[in-house]
Amino acid sequence: MFLLIEQLLNGLQFGLLLFLLAAGLTLVFGIMDFVNLAHGSLYMMGAYFAATFVGWTDSFVLGAILALAATLLLGIALEFVALRHLYGRDHLDQVLATFGLILFFNDMVRLIWGPAGLALPLPAWLTTPVQLLPGVYYPAYRLSIIIVALLVAAMLYLVVMRTRIGMLIRAGASNREMIGALGINIKLLFTLVFGLGAALAGLAGLMQAPILTVQIGMGENILILAFVIIVIGGIGSIRGAFLAAIFVGIIDTLGRAFLPDLLRKVLSGAAASTAAPALSSMLIYLLMAIVLVLRPEGLFPATKR
Amino acid sequence: MKTSFWLAGATALALAQPAVAADPIKIGFVSTFSGPTAVIGNDMRNSFELALDHLGRKMDGKPVEVIYEDDQQKPDVGKQKTEKLVQSDKVDFIVGYIWSNVLLASLKTAVDSKTFLISANAGPSQLAGELCSPYVFSTSWQNDQTPQAMGTYMNQKGVKSVFLIGPNYAAGKDMLAGVKSTFKGQVVGEEYTVWPSQLDFSAELSKARNSKAEAIFVFYPGAAGVQFLNQYAQAGIKQQIPLYTAFTIDELSLPLQKENALGVPGAQQWVNDLPNEQNKKFVTDYRKKYANLRPTFYGAQSYDAANLINSAVVAVKGDLTKKDAMKAEMEKVNFKSVRGPYKYGNNHIPIQNFYLQDVVKDGEGQLALKTVATIVENDQDRFHDKCPMK
Repeated sequence: MFLLIEQLLNGLQFGLLLFLLAAGLTLVFGIMDFVNLAHGSLYMMGAYFAATFVGWTDSFVLGAILALAATLLLGIALEFVALRHLYGRDHLDQVLATFGLILFFNDMVRLIWGPAGLALPLPAWLTTPVQLLPGVYYPAYRLSIIIVALLVAAMLYLVVMRTRIGMLIRAGASNREMIGALGINIKLLFTLVFGLGAALAGLAGLMQAPILTVQIGMGENILILAFVIIVIGGIGSIRGAFLAAIFVGIIDTLGRAFLPDLLRKVLSGAAASTAAPALSSMLIYLLMAIVLVLRPEGLFPATKR
Repeated sequence: MKTSFWLAGATALALAQPAVAADPIKIGFVSTFSGPTAVIGNDMRNSFELALDHLGRKMDGKPVEVIYEDDQQKPDVGKQKTEKLVQSDKVDFIVGYIWSNVLLASLKTAVDSKTFLISANAGPSQLAGELCSPYVFSTSWQNDQTPQAMGTYMNQKGVKSVFLIGPNYAAGKDMLAGVKSTFKGQVVGEEYTVWPSQLDFSAELSKARNSKAEAIFVFYPGAAGVQFLNQYAQAGIKQQIPLYTAFTIDELSLPLQKENALGVPGAQQWVNDLPNEQNKKFVTDYRKKYANLRPTFYGAQSYDAANLINSAVVAVKGDLTKKDAMKAEMEKVNFKSVRGPYKYGNNHIPIQNFYLQDVVKDGEGQLALKTVATIVENDQDRFHDKCPMK
């Protein structure tokens, strides 16, 4: 029972982290109709910025805030210099250009920080486990990821649902041409949205950094999961991304945790140990396939165009 | 400035050489030079280059040409690169291979063409058993040997139960099987993770904690070892269940693992402080040539590979068509290995000692690996009976 609670928390933590990444992706894809493969590079840059700034300032929190600001600026600059010129093109051109950006960022990081990767050490108050219930311990840092991500999700909800900017974002998601025709400065809106997406990706990267290492190409595998989430959740829908991310996080973790034992009941020990990791990593893609068959527009699509 | 000087020198040499010797010794070197594990490939290349420096960049008076190829840690790419080296570059020797799955994919190409292949790291069980070949030698170990030594050490420590975690690929399966073959206590759990993409081990660590095992054993080479130790410490399991490792803490991962690695034992056939002359020369000159870097066991094995090849070339006086004589010479291990003396078994896998290594603060105030004890002496892998060569 305790194990199940712990594993559910692990799944929730992973899912919320994926949400931060997927939220930016779904905004950019849904509102700007722009496929950004380089979203994972912004995640990587967030982690590298954090490792650098934490080293300079000797404070984890201050370094993280600086890194967040730096990724936001980088995102805005990237949109202004490069991506702005690609909005009118078709998706394949955008994929090609942003794939080029992945290579560019990887090599830039190699030049600046070297090929070996960096470590982002945690302050002592985050490295100890917390006792949640008698007998249930959970790493303080993973708990803080859950809290921060939930706060960010709540703020995002308030901004999107309760402010004028949010209204424009929602309007943009349902009908881009119309809000342009109504005299909204769509260029500025796009830059803001892209910057917001970059900052969310950077936040995900810098929060993941102490658990993993900061290394070149760290954003590439996880980006695939983020795409799976926006497909499941419905493109352009933050609410969809939130629920789909938690869903995917929990399915992935529970699959890894309990599938091997289940398989061992039917298969021989060795065969089960080999098949389980392969099967559990397939689960979320299976989920995506089912969603695509039953509801091609995703579980929680943004308002119909 | 310095680079251009060397470049000029190299160009002059290159221009001068065709007149002197038309027939260089060609060596293909397959390792990982891109992606997160490129640091391992770089260390292997550095050590191989250092060995060539120590040999005067010649073998039996002939110049040596090394072609480095990047396998990207992918079996299909490794196979392609091996085919390129054998078929279009027509190399005399192929060296390298960090990953067991890459080596297994590439093996047939080398063996079918009767090109000598020296594995400077990977040691899949198949290579020691049914897939052994007269043309294949290892300067490393068979995968099971190192974890077997760890299992023996856990018996010595009186450990009664263990939880095993490792990656789901050829070497991961060998490693966990190796521990199980010598460990006398109970194996209460065994987890395989998706390799190399899975880097979050929260689900596995939660299970290990709840299993109430007395010890955890892991095998995570490269960056994954850093991540595992990070998460092991953050989950607070370090205070509850001690960790035993194979190929998880080395000179490349230690600067990133830092204090998390203190007190975590590992087994290895080579440690930087082994007290023999050739090892002192290797470690000292490596640190002189590559500032701020320290050699790893991957490097030590590559350094040995260059010397093993040299011994064969010298024995046949540079006539590389005499393959039988070269094979016979290499079987004698007629060179000074940096791990100290070793022998070859019938399957061309070393019969060697395994040491217990620990993480300590060295004289320079940095974390370093240190030999603590010899766990097993003259250990031979457990698959040599399956090898048809006698």
